[in-house]
Amino acid sequence: MGALDELTRPAGDDDHVGGVPARLVAAPASTGEAAALVAAARDLTVVVRGGGTKLHWGPPPRSLDLIIDTGRLAGVVEHAAGDLITVLRAGTPLGDLELGDQQLALDAPAAATVGGVVATGTSGPRRLHYGTARDLLIGITIVRPDGVVARSGGKVVKNVAGYDLGKLYTGSYGTLGLITECVFRLHPRPAAAAYVRSTAPAQAVPAILAAQVAPAAIEIDTATGELAVLLEGTPAGVRERSALVEKLLAGELSETAPGWWGRDPWAPDEIGMKLSVPLSKVPSLIDSGAALRGSAGTGVLYAAARDITEVERLRALCVRGGGHAVVLTAPAEVRDILDMWGPVPGLALMRRIKDQFDPGHRFAPGRFVGGI
Amino acid sequence: MADIDALALRLRAELGPEQVVTDRQELRTYECDGLAHYKVIPALVVLPHTASQVATVVRACVAAGVPFVARGSGTGLSGGALPHAEGVLIVTAQMRRILDIAPADERAVVEPGVINLQVTKAAAPHGYYYAPDPSSQQICSIGGNVAENSGGAHCLKYGFTTNHVTGLQIVAPDGELLRLGGRALDPPGYDLIGAFVGSEGTLGVATEVTVRLTRLPEAVRTLLAAFPSIDAAGAATSAIIAAGVVPAAIEIMDALAIEAAEAAVACGYPPGAAAVLIVELDGPAAEVEAQFDQVTALCDRAGAFELRTAADDIERALFWKGRKSAFAAVGRISPDYIVQDGVIPRTALPEVLRRIGEVAGRHGVRVANVFHAGDGNLHPLVLFDARVEGEAERAETVSGAIIDLCIEYGGSITGEHGVGMDKAKYMPRMFSDDDLDTMQLVRCAFDPGRLANPGKVFPTPRLCGERPGGGLAERFPGVDVF
Repeated sequence: MGALDELTRPAGDDDHVGGVPARLVAAPASTGEAAALVAAARDLTVVVRGGGTKLHWGPPPRSLDLIIDTGRLAGVVEHAAGDLITVLRAGTPLGDLELGDQQLALDAPAAATVGGVVATGTSGPRRLHYGTARDLLIGITIVRPDGVVARSGGKVVKNVAGYDLGKLYTGSYGTLGLITECVFRLHPRPAAAAYVRSTAPAQAVPAILAAQVAPAAIEIDTATGELAVLLEGTPAGVRERSALVEKLLAGELSETAPGWWGRDPWAPDEIGMKLSVPLSKVPSLIDSGAALRGSAGTGVLYAAARDITEVERLRALCVRGGGHAVVLTAPAEVRDILDMWGPVPGLALMRRIKDQFDPGHRFAPGRFVGGI
Repeated sequence: MADIDALALRLRAELGPEQVVTDRQELRTYECDGLAHYKVIPALVVLPHTASQVATVVRACVAAGVPFVARGSGTGLSGGALPHAEGVLIVTAQMRRILDIAPADERAVVEPGVINLQVTKAAAPHGYYYAPDPSSQQICSIGGNVAENSGGAHCLKYGFTTNHVTGLQIVAPDGELLRLGGRALDPPGYDLIGAFVGSEGTLGVATEVTVRLTRLPEAVRTLLAAFPSIDAAGAATSAIIAAGVVPAAIEIMDALAIEAAEAAVACGYPPGAAAVLIVELDGPAAEVEAQFDQVTALCDRAGAFELRTAADDIERALFWKGRKSAFAAVGRISPDYIVQDGVIPRTALPEVLRRIGEVAGRHGVRVANVFHAGDGNLHPLVLFDARVEGEAERAETVSGAIIDLCIEYGGSITGEHGVGMDKAKYMPRMFSDDDLDTMQLVRCAFDPGRLANPGKVFPTPRLCGERPGGGLAERFPGVDVF
């Protein structure tokens, strides 16, 4: 444990995950240091922590010895503007990114880190146009649970050499090891943007999609009864397109987003869910009476569920419609009796992947689907 | 071959005799894919009609310990569907039903043998299309696209196959029929679809594919710009990207590629051009008009001596005809050629092209260049005449040097053709042993027995706890490599 003593410090009062206190905390400053740490920690259970904005998501770990904090694993390694790519260390907060007239088109809280957004596969309103972390990530460096450093993809957007490990690590909730560096494709920042706010029902969404206005986001919020559309592009183009949507929805043009835009609909002590349904099922989901908010243009919505009965009702509705419903977060007392992940096709294969990458089941044990 | 004979007998009984090919002459027609200089006659070919038949075949292979290789239309350019001499070739070409076109879900559900362009044709009446458009889209299959993570000229804006597949039914290498994802996004758990797409048939066989349909753009504008030098065309590309424009496609062809295209399809590009640039913009009319003027001005400023705007779909098709037929057209000016598929950071384009020219000059080999300039994906066509002593070897040398250049500049050995049989030997130049070992952990999870398309992608197989690995000769008995 000599090496481990040098690389870690004793955990403090704030160093817990889902109510499970850690024994040790380490904050490596490079991929090399991280690899040495993980190698030295081969008998320990580990949870990786970024900005902590989603650390309470998912079931608590079965066991927790060590928190690996990515706070020092931060910064922009490279921003090749002419090639529209950037190389970022995993602990970099998204809010810190300064990419000039370019952007990493991921919607997340400013304090959320690159690694955290990738590991949880979170997304926001603009996924309709830009896709999600899985689509924008073109290269990844990870430290395997056995301490081996590996890389896949690269620094070019177009690349089919070898397996795409980035896809596997995106949304893996830290169960396959530590992400230390990510390469992303960037987009130019649009010269103009406008929102059209309306009280049109979800049934109006197909008309927006049919109008060929290429919206960047179509968001709905049941609490306010609003349907809002984001248009991005050239000043003249945005003017013309937003006028069209304004007419279509009998809406109102706005330079700013509604206050609820891109924010979780649940309060800190409520049950927060992510729902996903085929596009044609969005109106019936909206009409279900639940408190919903999210991307009506892609069928990925978020819900604040009142209780377990509502969780089950929403899940049944989604699964029957060919979708999924996952509980992201819940108060401690209901968390223990909830099936947070719901039914997971392909689970046996996922277990075999976990067994290959983390045979000791040490990374984020119990936090992922099927108790992985 | 006793195993194979028993397997053939069993599969004839289970599938029907007409779906199992054992005749040597008939087997020979499957000896290669689009990369025709690798040839292996498969031990057996089966033509399943349904997913459950594919599962039956795979289970029979597992029981007999016989490797299997899946093949769609056989248009692949990396030898990914090269048969195994002692294995079964599973040809999905008979599975060609479009199961559903669902514009309300913006999805299509198709069998793997469905031709890429057929999806677009079926979706177009509803105002939708299937965005990934490899040049071979009139003949290549969706199953093959899934295996190779196919791109195309328009993936600069719209992404690759992996960005457009939301659901899969696969037969895993143990013969199990699995459904992953569907019409809804973000299924919980590991992104097995993301792992499967682009795995080149080494993780199983796709038997049903759910793809995104993309709304047809309101407007499409296409510009053909002729430049006095390839550097000027490259500078124009850089200026367009720097201006914040994301074109649907930006393509460059050099003088030799133009010469070939003219000889083959008389595309009528401006005479005397050292390079032509094709830029296509699509989207809402109001956006496209403004940006098209901007792009035209940027090309003019970069030194274009002729600018043509496609007046209609017919003229647009003519612009693209020269580009899309470039590979085949090269046959008009050279009896043999090697197509490369390396990728470089786009900004390194002028420098890398210059160095490709130097290498080619040093070895006395001609190289025609066609490339997706927007994303730095090069398709150098290395020309040679196999009948002339030493030319094939020199072409191979130049081809390898081009791959090294791509790696040196931080790029990739393949942008869209796949690693397959052809580039497995180059993988260690791009990835460390640990990288390759880690990728193969995925392989071990899916296919511990290594029966799914063995010997492709990875130069050295990883042990998954059993079965020692064989050498190249052992893995490819009877491979005819020129």
